[in-house]
Amino acid sequence: MPGLLAKKIDMTNIFSDDGNIIPVTVLEAGPCTIYSIRTKDKDGYNALQIGFGEKKEKKVNKPQLEIYKKLNLRIPAVLREFKNFDTTQFKVGDELKADLFRVGDKVKVSGKSKGKGFQGVVRRHGFGGIGMTTHGQSDRVRAPGSIGASSYPSRVFKGQRMAGRMGHENVTVRNLKVVKVIPEKNIIMVKGAVPGAVNSIVEINKIV
Amino acid sequence: MDKVKEFVADQVKNDFPSFKPGDHIRVQVRVIEGDKERLQAFEGDVISIRGGGINKTFTVRKISSGVGVERIFNINSPKIAKIEIVKEGKVRRAKLYYLRNLSGKAARIKDKNVK
Repeated sequence: MPGLLAKKIDMTNIFSDDGNIIPVTVLEAGPCTIYSIRTKDKDGYNALQIGFGEKKEKKVNKPQLEIYKKLNLRIPAVLREFKNFDTTQFKVGDELKADLFRVGDKVKVSGKSKGKGFQGVVRRHGFGGIGMTTHGQSDRVRAPGSIGASSYPSRVFKGQRMAGRMGHENVTVRNLKVVKVIPEKNIIMVKGAVPGAVNSIVEINKIV
Repeated sequence: MDKVKEFVADQVKNDFPSFKPGDHIRVQVRVIEGDKERLQAFEGDVISIRGGGINKTFTVRKISSGVGVERIFNINSPKIAKIEIVKEGKVRRAKLYYLRNLSGKAARIKDKNVK
């Protein structure tokens, strides 16, 4: 599953050839630079370490900075490893671009979802709440209800779903279709939504 | 939204005559029947234009055998072959939704070019 790192630009619509509207997410996929190559002999697996974006020099610590200086490459905003590349074809410093993807490819896109803050059980876990406000429960419409029995077990079980922080977690959306590729601008468009806010960085993996 | 504009710019059409709400227009729509393609006209008053860029749509309202029919078109859709302005209307609003509550003589729109 070769893949790339990309920046989420925004969502929009495009028209298909038969005139139907396709909702698409526009992703700036690349240019991604190869920073390191993992090999079976040395590391036990084959992978490419890919960097995307750019970071200021003062944002990186010295040991890291020295690595990038030695490689004579720009300081990446994000570094990730991607397996299933034919690693023998690449060398450190090579650039990967959006033309890795073709129209019609199925991809999965992973990223950090938008933070939703402290949310109740209705939004966070899909509880039904209480359907009515009569019988003295006018203020318990979105309450979780019972969280366990009484004297036995005398405690609340671990993993009991309750209110709390929601979002800002790793989310993967599978089987998104690549609808359009603009190689000269490193843009790919996938049908449907992708996790994360605009300008957040996501991983695109080709499904083979 | 502005950032994606350039990537969909090739799909935004500018080759139609500019029309306004209140205008009476005829929209030629491509219809595919089996393996043949033909044009179907939809003629009526423009009662709303909304959106911009690739998302621009307009609503056309007509009275078809006593029943009000409204159709929303995407102006950039490849299904639209042609738009003709039949009559320019004189209206004071951008959205003519009030026409839905009117019928008969009251639902007419004044002609812009008639003094």
